[in-house]
Amino acid sequence: MIPSTMDKKIFGIPKHLLKKNIGSFLLYVSAIFTVIVCVFPFIWAIISSFKKGADLFTTSLLPQKIAWENYTGLFQEQPFGINILNSISVACGTVLLSLALSALAAYAFGRCKFRGREPLLFSILSISMFPQVAVLSGMFELIQSMGLYNKAFSLIFVYMIFTLPFTIWVLTTFMKDLPKEIEEAAILEGASRLTICFKIFLPLLKPAMVTTGLLAFIAAWNEFLFALTFTLSSSQRTVPVAIALMSGADQHELPWGNIMAASVLVTLPLIGLVLIFQRKIVAGLTAGAVKG
Amino acid sequence: MIAASTSLNKKNYQVWLFLAPVLIVLLCVAAWPLFRTISLSFTDADLNNLADAAFVGFDNYDFIINDFEWQKSLRNTLLFALLSVSLETCFGLCIALLLNKNFKGRFIVRTAVLVPWAIPTVVSAKMWGWMLHDIYGVMNVILMNLHIISTPLAWTADGNLAFFSVVMVDVWKTTPFMALLLLAGLQMLPKECYEAAKVDGIHPLKLFTKVTLPLLMPALVVAVIFRTLDALRIFDLIYVLTSGSAETMSMSVYARQQLFDFQNVGIGSAASSVLFVIIALISIVYLYAGKKFDRINKNDT
Repeated sequence: MIPSTMDKKIFGIPKHLLKKNIGSFLLYVSAIFTVIVCVFPFIWAIISSFKKGADLFTTSLLPQKIAWENYTGLFQEQPFGINILNSISVACGTVLLSLALSALAAYAFGRCKFRGREPLLFSILSISMFPQVAVLSGMFELIQSMGLYNKAFSLIFVYMIFTLPFTIWVLTTFMKDLPKEIEEAAILEGASRLTICFKIFLPLLKPAMVTTGLLAFIAAWNEFLFALTFTLSSSQRTVPVAIALMSGADQHELPWGNIMAASVLVTLPLIGLVLIFQRKIVAGLTAGAVKG
Repeated sequence: MIAASTSLNKKNYQVWLFLAPVLIVLLCVAAWPLFRTISLSFTDADLNNLADAAFVGFDNYDFIINDFEWQKSLRNTLLFALLSVSLETCFGLCIALLLNKNFKGRFIVRTAVLVPWAIPTVVSAKMWGWMLHDIYGVMNVILMNLHIISTPLAWTADGNLAFFSVVMVDVWKTTPFMALLLLAGLQMLPKECYEAAKVDGIHPLKLFTKVTLPLLMPALVVAVIFRTLDALRIFDLIYVLTSGSAETMSMSVYARQQLFDFQNVGIGSAASSVLFVIIALISIVYLYAGKKFDRINKNDT
């Protein structure tokens, strides 16, 4: 079928309409493709986590019968409940400690003039470029000498290396952008720096703290190398280490059903957080990078 | 910039009280361990006996330079960083352009894109490890049904293919971050350029290469540098997905293996120090180039 050039029709459709439709068709195809590629591995993990026994080793799209054994097994055969508690306390502790420390520092960096401010801020920021292995042997020595080896809570202290540079940077940027009139009245009344920091700035910092706190939580929840190196017994492991090292009765095959169940369990709260705080997370991520 | 009050500035020592907690913590968890790692790299320290280490000069560095596994891990890491960052930049740019358009369901795409980012690296390595399983994996079934491959492949066990799998999973995991950074960059571009281009009827492709790309360049460079530094220190994904086999070993995996599996703290620290120097050099070059670039821009205007 040869389209006539007079009315510019292809397959009986006017060319400009066809062009527009192809455009939006391609747009939707690529949108759907992107969504499938992003989400499918997680969906497949959910499906697999409900398959039991031989069912797991078929690639049917739906489990023959929904089986909860993979989930219950996690808590009966593995110390996964303890691992979750470890992860929650380490991540929460990391968030609280890094926010407390960096709020103080952000006040000094954002609102006070002092010698060496710029180079100091720059040095702190450059710590975030450190490869984790670069401090691994030194940190191991430190942890061992302080008697903190194989204690999950010691990770809170260790994790400051990657949360502090980021939280300080974001909170300082936020502090700097606040108008200078804010503290002037308080200064005239002779309030001390401590009062100004806690009574005036801390409440204002709340939104920025929620964002950075969330990102610090996710970073601590996901961290693997330090947690793998500084804990030994399975009761001290955090969830990423527990999942990575999970083994079952069969020596030749990993307990994939349990691993998928564990993966779903630790990822669901994160996906929940992402859905609720989507805008804040995106803003925090880009603030950390674009302004840097 | 900062409200300067004479009464407060006299009490400047107070500022250091605010900074003291952070500085003490960072000295303990960053500066001191880094110093110790570098000093241990010049000793024959053993994991069980760190205190009795003797100074050996550059012996450890000599060892790793001649170690075939180290050379392999160095090549792997550089190739991995190059491949994964370029693929992520391409896909990230495509997704950012897609998300920058107004269409129904844009919200769904943006949320879906955040899923790989939110999933812990270890979990994504396990999820993909299961999908890429040589016997029971769904990937082989899909590709065989589509007649792309004729026999099942051992995605994570076969040397070169395992390296390809690592790159693929990393691209899946980190493209969203790239896309979000670039999307933020795109949304900051001046709207006037596009309205003018629309009036002039400029071809979309030409608009992209002549207007969008040059304007987006600063954001693109920052994102690429961030991701390169990240890719050079890769550990989790390789350690979990391919169980740290020699074929796919990265510099971080090599260093940790020497440190804790072979207990050669001296050699492991030397490897860590080399990685640190490589990353520090790249950061310095980037900062220096960035400053120079800024100066040129300022002179122009």
